[in-house]
Amino acid sequence: MKESNPTPDPIHSDAFLARLMSGQLKLSIACAFCFIVALVALPLLNYFQPEFMAQRIYGFTLTWLILGVLFFPFVWIISFVFIQRSIALEDSEAKAALDGLKK
Amino acid sequence: MSALLAFLAAAEPAAKGIDPWIAFFSLITVVITVGMGFWTAGKSKSAGDFFVAGRSVSVGWNASAISGEYLSAASFMGVAGMVMLNGYDALWYPVCYACGYLFLLLFIAGPLRRFGAYTIPDFAEGRYDSPLFRKIAVCFVLFIGFFYTMPQMKGAGTTLAYIFPGLHYSVGVIVVGAVITLNVSLGGMKGITLVQAFQYWLKVFAITVPIFVIAAIVGHYQSHLEANKTAQETVAAAPAGIERKALPAKAPKDEQWIAPFGSLTTKAVDTAIAAAKTPEEKAALEANKKPYSLLYTYSLIIALVCGTAGLPHILVRFYTNPDGVAAKRTTMWVMILIGVFYVFPPIYGVIGRSLTPELYNAVGSKGTDKVVLELPTLLAGRDYPLLGSILSGITCAGAFAAFMSTFSGLLVSMSSALAHDIYGRMLKPDASPEQRLKAFKWAAVIIGVVSVGLGTQVEKLNINYLVGQAFAIAAASYFPLLFMSVWWRGMTMKGAATGMLAGGLLALGSIFLTTLSDVYGFAGLADFWVAHPLLRILCEQPAIWAVPLSITLMIVVSKATAATIPADVRMKMLVLHAPEALGLKQEYIKEHEVLGGH
Repeated sequence: MKESNPTPDPIHSDAFLARLMSGQLKLSIACAFCFIVALVALPLLNYFQPEFMAQRIYGFTLTWLILGVLFFPFVWIISFVFIQRSIALEDSEAKAALDGLKK
Repeated sequence: MSALLAFLAAAEPAAKGIDPWIAFFSLITVVITVGMGFWTAGKSKSAGDFFVAGRSVSVGWNASAISGEYLSAASFMGVAGMVMLNGYDALWYPVCYACGYLFLLLFIAGPLRRFGAYTIPDFAEGRYDSPLFRKIAVCFVLFIGFFYTMPQMKGAGTTLAYIFPGLHYSVGVIVVGAVITLNVSLGGMKGITLVQAFQYWLKVFAITVPIFVIAAIVGHYQSHLEANKTAQETVAAAPAGIERKALPAKAPKDEQWIAPFGSLTTKAVDTAIAAAKTPEEKAALEANKKPYSLLYTYSLIIALVCGTAGLPHILVRFYTNPDGVAAKRTTMWVMILIGVFYVFPPIYGVIGRSLTPELYNAVGSKGTDKVVLELPTLLAGRDYPLLGSILSGITCAGAFAAFMSTFSGLLVSMSSALAHDIYGRMLKPDASPEQRLKAFKWAAVIIGVVSVGLGTQVEKLNINYLVGQAFAIAAASYFPLLFMSVWWRGMTMKGAATGMLAGGLLALGSIFLTTLSDVYGFAGLADFWVAHPLLRILCEQPAIWAVPLSITLMIVVSKATAATIPADVRMKMLVLHAPEALGLKQEYIKEHEVLGGH
């Protein structure tokens, strides 16, 4: 088994795991933050600025347009950016680790 | 086809009002579903095919299948009904149902797939080396599964009763239960993947095409929305030609319906205000009304977003992806497919408010819940009798697809829990692949029978209420478990189990308390809610306290039992997070072991 290796190779070191996890976690949290800000902000805007949010845009009220229509593409953009970056991050980590093994 | 129609028309001469088109489209959906089940039965051979579809489902197929499985009766019929009933606040349901997948994508999908298990209980045992924890996790899978199954069954019973007036509710439950049980036991996960993918596209077709036609004839989404005046407007600014029938007394007023913090979130305080005796009491409650409804909104958002990321029957589908990157890509496509779908049900609710306000007078499945089925029939009265029937037939077929696909997904995940976790891992670990396959088929039949039995008992309960319960329990149990297990090395089995059990059971208990007074008419409790509207909101929507409680307990207990952190936690974390290119991927369940003799 790989765990029983007395001198861990770079891939099985704590430092590598910590770097791998923190890189991904930072990216995930950054994306989650954008999403959570929107989720928290919309009810607050409805609460404190009801008249602003009730103005008509193409027949919708502003808040209805945001929640019923625009929220979906907003989340798609976050997920698209996340996937691109996450896969790029994994590729570079894998490449760096494999290069380290060859040395 | 015409022979079939003639047969359908002739077969039920006594039961008046059966529309042959509705019956025809519903029948076609059932026939295609069963046909696909038989067709794929020949292709599903190994245990891997049955449990995880051979781990070879491509991104496009899997995204369609997950979307097909996820869009249940509550989505297809319930969301439109809730928007019609509660207005703006109900929009949070479709939005969070779809956007909850973002949490799944960001934190759970990739790592969970890399772990390479068959079921969530596999993950629970593998991550903490604890057979006991598998047992706890199995109980929760079955528990959440049955909670989610009951509303699907209820949808089946009421839709069939709608299509064939006079048919008993339980007939629909039994018919749909039998069809899906047959399909799942024939083809397992591989079989239903194809069926569910087909049913997603059927549902999108069935929700979009009728509403485009209806909107073209009676006026568009925004025009009907404009017919509802906001608090600032004195006259409704509806464009010319938009017809609106008078609202019955039970319907919410325009300015409450179109604005946030309407009847859904203020119900508890409104009840208390109605019962208040002195003007001072009333004034105090009025002052609390808006802050409480903000609290209700946030708690609802947490339950739906975290609950989506913790539904076991959805999570199990991620194991059918070939690798972690595919799991992530699949999640993104699921969000797009589901998001496109969820734009449409609210349109039925908005137009339904203008044109079928009589639905406000009835409750549940006889009331606003059936607006999706009812709205197309309006065209019949507008010189388009054939078009109305055909479109109504299409939405009925979509409703059929909705509860059939969700129930088949639930059946696979629960059968896997029974056959793989209980039989294959606990009762008979040395079972041969053939025995495991047989066990899966028997498990499907057992769960199918139990589900039908439960389904016949829930005729009086509300579809969305039952689904909401399942989400709140999943949000407070599975979501914290998965999130913390994937990202925190310091978690111990005791910490995970304490947090999951405490969060899940307390959420369940508090929801049950509200059921006691609402459904069973427990008078003492109803008086208590009137006196304490805040407690009522916290019990009805427990996620805002249950999710943080569960995570806090996990951290505290894990710190206290830090000595029992699994010894090889570094290796486990590496498997969860390392890219496949590093070659660390070691499936927790090894296919060649399962396949044995091959």
